[in-house]
Amino acid sequence: MSLTVRTAVRYADFSLETDLTIAPRGITAVYGHSGSGKSTLLRCIAGLERGARGAISLNGDCWQDATRFVPAHRRPVGLVFQDARLFPHLTVCGNLLFALRRATSTGIGFDDAVSMLGVGALLDRAVDTLSGGQRQRVAIARALLTQPRLLLLDEPLANLDLDSRAEILPHLERLHAELAMPMIYVTHQLAEVMRFADELVLLRSGRVLAAGALAELLVRPDLPLAHLADAGVILHGRIAAHDDEWQLSLIEVAGSRFAVARRPQPPGTAVRLRVDARDVSITLEHPVHTSISNILPARILDIHDDREAAQQLVRLEAAGQRLLARLTRRSVAQLTLVPGKAVFAQVKSVALTN
Amino acid sequence: MNPLGYAAGDLTALLTSFRLALLSTALLLVLCTPLAWWLATTRSRFKPWIETIATMPLVLPPTVLGFYLLWVLGPNGWLGGLSVAMGGAPLAFTFTGLVIGSLIYSLPFVLQPLQSSFQATGTRVIEVASTLRASPLDAFFRVVLPLSRRGYLSAAVLAFAHTLGEFGVILMIGGNIPGRTQVASIALFNHVESLDYAAAHRLALTLLLLCFALLLTLYLCNRRERSVGVAL
Repeated sequence: MSLTVRTAVRYADFSLETDLTIAPRGITAVYGHSGSGKSTLLRCIAGLERGARGAISLNGDCWQDATRFVPAHRRPVGLVFQDARLFPHLTVCGNLLFALRRATSTGIGFDDAVSMLGVGALLDRAVDTLSGGQRQRVAIARALLTQPRLLLLDEPLANLDLDSRAEILPHLERLHAELAMPMIYVTHQLAEVMRFADELVLLRSGRVLAAGALAELLVRPDLPLAHLADAGVILHGRIAAHDDEWQLSLIEVAGSRFAVARRPQPPGTAVRLRVDARDVSITLEHPVHTSISNILPARILDIHDDREAAQQLVRLEAAGQRLLARLTRRSVAQLTLVPGKAVFAQVKSVALTN
Repeated sequence: MNPLGYAAGDLTALLTSFRLALLSTALLLVLCTPLAWWLATTRSRFKPWIETIATMPLVLPPTVLGFYLLWVLGPNGWLGGLSVAMGGAPLAFTFTGLVIGSLIYSLPFVLQPLQSSFQATGTRVIEVASTLRASPLDAFFRVVLPLSRRGYLSAAVLAFAHTLGEFGVILMIGGNIPGRTQVASIALFNHVESLDYAAAHRLALTLLLLCFALLLTLYLCNRRERSVGVAL
C-alpha cells in the first residue's frame, strides 16, 4: 500500500506543505507539537480541506490532483475526530447505522465493530449520556463501519482523562492486531507513539521533518526524538519463559534475553519493549557484582552531542538491535569511548508497552 | 354560524388571515432554507449586503414597503405587468399580492432563526457526515435538518404570528375587499373607525390570545428541547 500526499494549504498564520509518500502498515503515527499541521494533514487526506492544492493518491487511486478533487464522501477513508462528534439526534446504534447504511462495500460487520470496541451495552443510549471514553469508542466503531481502506485518527485520546485513555488503548491495540486496515494516528504524545506505532511521520511547523520506520527514526541523532528527555528505542520480542521463583518473565529479543516483572501473557506472546536512553549505562568489563540483570555485549556505533552540554548520546549495537545510552561527557572521556569499541550495555529498566 | 358573536365578515377576515399566515409561513420555510444555509456558511464578501437587504423589512415602516410593493405589483409594475401579460389580473388588491407582500414582510422572522440555528449546528456536522459517506444533500436532510428543529419551530411560529398581525403593508397593497383581501387586523381597524368597540374588542382579544398561545407553545417547546441539549 502506498499513500502519496503532496499538498499545500495556506492560512493567514499557518501553512502546511508536504511531499510525502508513505507505505502505511499497521499504525503510522503523525507526531508533532500542536500547530505543526498534523490535523490539517489528516483533513487533506480525508478531503475536508477544499482550499488545499496538490496531489493525493492511495495505491494509484487519485483523490486529488491539478484537475480533480474527489469530495470527502467519495473517499474510502474513515476519520475519527478528536472530539468524537457523534450525532446528538441519534442513539449510539443510530450513529453506527448511519455509517453502515452508507458504506459501499462490506467487510467489517456491525457485530464485529461493536464487539471490537466493546460498545454492545451502549447501543440504546443517547449520545449525551456517554462518557468521553465511550463516545470515542463509538466514534471509532462508526468510522470502521464505513469500511475504510485507511483509518485516520486525529488525537483520539487528547480530550480524555487518564482512566478513559486506559479504557481505549487496549481497543486500539486490538484493532491493530486484528485488522489489516492501516491507520494513521495523529498525536503529540511520545508515549502513544512508542506504545503502538510502526511507522512515523514527524511534522514541525507545517513541514515534514522525517518519515519512515519508527525504530529507525527514534535513533536518528539529527532528529529531535533522540534528544527528548524520554528518548529511547523500541525492541520487538517474545515472551520466552516465566520464572515463577523470582516472579520474572524472560523476553527474547534477537537472541538476547531481558528479564522483566512477571507478565500475565503466555510464553510465545509478541511484546514490545521500550528501553529509555537514560536507563542504559556502559561498562568496559562484564560487571560481576551488580543489581542490574540485563547486561548485553555491545559495540559503539557513534557518539553525539545531546540536549545538555554535560551529556552525550551514545548509539550502540547489541544483538543486532540499536540502543541509545545517555551518558555524561565526562564518563565518555574517562572510559575513552570511541566508535567501534566493544563494551557492555547495562539496561537498568525495560518497560513493556503492551 | 356566529356563536361567539363576531360582527358580520369578521370570521371571514380571520379565515383570510389564517390562510395568508399559513401559506406565507410554509413558503418562507422552504424559500429561506437555502438562503439561510448560504448565509450561515459563506465567506463571500456579498454576505453583509444580502443580510442587510434581508433585514430591511424588519426596520422599514410598513407603509414604505407597502408603497413599493404597490408599485411593483400594480398593472404597470414589473410583477403586476408580468401577471397581466400572462393573461392574469394585476397582483395588487389580490390574495396572491398579499402573499407576496407577506413573504417579504415576514422574511427576517424566518431567515434569522434558521441562520442562527444553522450556524450553531455548523459545518462540523456536515464534515462528520461526509466522512461517513453522506453526500451534502443527504447530510443536510439527515443531520442538519433534525438538529435544526428548534430553529424551524421558532421561525414558523414567529412568521405565522407576525403575518397574522400584518397591517400597514396589507392596507397599502390589499385594500380592504371583504371576503377577498380583508384580514382580521384591518377588520379591527374598520370597527374602530366606525366606533363599534364591542366588535373591535372581540377581534382584538381573539388575535391577542392567539398570539399569546402561539408564543407560549414555542417557549414551552424550547424549554423542553434545551434540557435535551445539542452538544456537538
